[in-house]
Amino acid sequence: MLITAERLNYTYNPSSPFSTQALKDVSLTIGEGEFFGIIGHTGSGKSTFVQHLNGLIRIPSSLKKYKKRKPKKGEVPAPEPVLRVGEFDLTDKKTDFRALRAKVGMVFQYPEYQLFAESVKEDVAFGLKNFSPRPLSAEETEEAVRAAVELVGLPYDEIKDMSPFELSGGQKRRVAIAGVIVTRPEVLVLDEPAAGLDPLGKQEIMDLLHKIHKTWCKTVIFVSHDMDEVAENCTRVAVFAEGQVRFVLPPAELFLHAEELISLGLDIPLTAKICRALSRRGIEISCDFTTEDLIRSILACAKERGCVC
Amino acid sequence: MNAIEFHNVSFSYGGSFAIRNLSLTVGEGEFIAVLGHNGSGKSTLARLCNGLLEPDEGWIDIFSLSVGKRRNLFTIRKNVGIVFQNPDNQAVASIVEDDIAFGAENIGLAREEIGRRIDFALKAVGMEAYRHAACSRLSGGQKQRVAIAGVLALDPKVLILDEATAMLDPRGRREVMDIVTRLNREQGRTVVLITHFMEEALRADRAVVMNRGEIVMQGTPSDIFERHEELITYNLALPRIGCICEALKQGGLPVGATLDEEKLAEEIAQCLSRQND
Repeated sequence: MLITAERLNYTYNPSSPFSTQALKDVSLTIGEGEFFGIIGHTGSGKSTFVQHLNGLIRIPSSLKKYKKRKPKKGEVPAPEPVLRVGEFDLTDKKTDFRALRAKVGMVFQYPEYQLFAESVKEDVAFGLKNFSPRPLSAEETEEAVRAAVELVGLPYDEIKDMSPFELSGGQKRRVAIAGVIVTRPEVLVLDEPAAGLDPLGKQEIMDLLHKIHKTWCKTVIFVSHDMDEVAENCTRVAVFAEGQVRFVLPPAELFLHAEELISLGLDIPLTAKICRALSRRGIEISCDFTTEDLIRSILACAKERGCVC
Repeated sequence: MNAIEFHNVSFSYGGSFAIRNLSLTVGEGEFIAVLGHNGSGKSTLARLCNGLLEPDEGWIDIFSLSVGKRRNLFTIRKNVGIVFQNPDNQAVASIVEDDIAFGAENIGLAREEIGRRIDFALKAVGMEAYRHAACSRLSGGQKQRVAIAGVLALDPKVLILDEATAMLDPRGRREVMDIVTRLNREQGRTVVLITHFMEEALRADRAVVMNRGEIVMQGTPSDIFERHEELITYNLALPRIGCICEALKQGGLPVGATLDEEKLAEEIAQCLSRQND
């Protein structure tokens, strides 16, 4: 599913003293099959943007009560926003938002806090039951739930009747993700999927996302604060700042703009920091900012100068 | 005098032991980092320090006062402040000033004194401008700084941070860590920093690694990170920069172990120029 957004604007608490414009003319295209990263500060509009993708925040023209306002004399009407996710037009009142939400799975921050059912089985099945266009038989449900739980790397038969609250933190997060992918969404959106985990837990979640990306969901979009994570994993990255998109680039090109990123108050990955420190000492290393490539480039450079046998 | 002393402490939540025969001494004014993967007993350790939990075996002294004695608890809790992980769960009032005053009011300070304590605490965390702001409208990092201020208003000698930066973005994390470092260096407060961000542990005087309720490694942070094979057996990863050092060494570039990117760059530059001469 190709995602196209053009000229998105959104204001929280409009016409009140607390009004803040969270999105300003945001245009962004995310292709099918991407592993797309979104970075930016708290309050930069990244969460507001991703909530548009499955209609949690609606474009005004898609709401029932929306009436087109006649432009006043001499007024040039503002260009209409565009938001398409695959075949769904999110600016249209006639769009079936339930079908859209089954196709665009959304995993919020700390998804383990949203577990609620008495058993793992029921918790994972909840979304499936609610999004299915027709009632599912018990066997069909069980089959789908088993597949989802096993995909996230948990033993289904062992944990299906356990309370989700008996599981460890990492396992809970996996169950929560299973509850989203069980509807087989084509696009999976995650808001800081690795936040709050220890380093190994983080690595496991990123490995899981790659597995989901290869098998079930064609497109994975994730919001992150961890630049190293972004540099190692993404095909492309969008940088949000003050409600606008500043860059949309593959990590290998994005982190060449280190100065601008730092001036936006963002971090740069460790690999980029090392490259900059080396460059100040007159050593230019070109790499795609993954750890592996940095090490390879430094060693290659050393070999060239004959310092490594 | 030692700030915290654990003598052969064990504790269980009913099942297996969360803390197992643990002994630990933290000197006054020391900055100690406690590392460990999820479930290694780090948070239990924090809760034992001010009597939120009582040990099953062994005893704990805080400035030579036993935590096990009920009449000591009030003094101990004044002296040991804990900041927890979730910034949203720790605010008790809607306005910053009231929130900071809460603890001070509860230990029965005079009104003027509370005012002075609020001024002091706000200044210490750099939040003077937010005195009358609503807690709910602050960022995560700001909320954590208010939580720290609330603890500081009690003028505690020991500050325990139980993964207090885990839910913050990088800027918020830096803000909180800078404040904590300053409180330790300038005001001489003892700090116990519980974290799984290896980079944060580098600021400490001493690091302690926990696994299954026991202390398995101790030393200065750079000592600990040099023993990376051991760390991995305790389910802890080396900081990324440590992995890079290691990979370069294995590739035949003789760089020394360091955890600072400037130093690493210097090492690499030296290695590269050596052969040129």
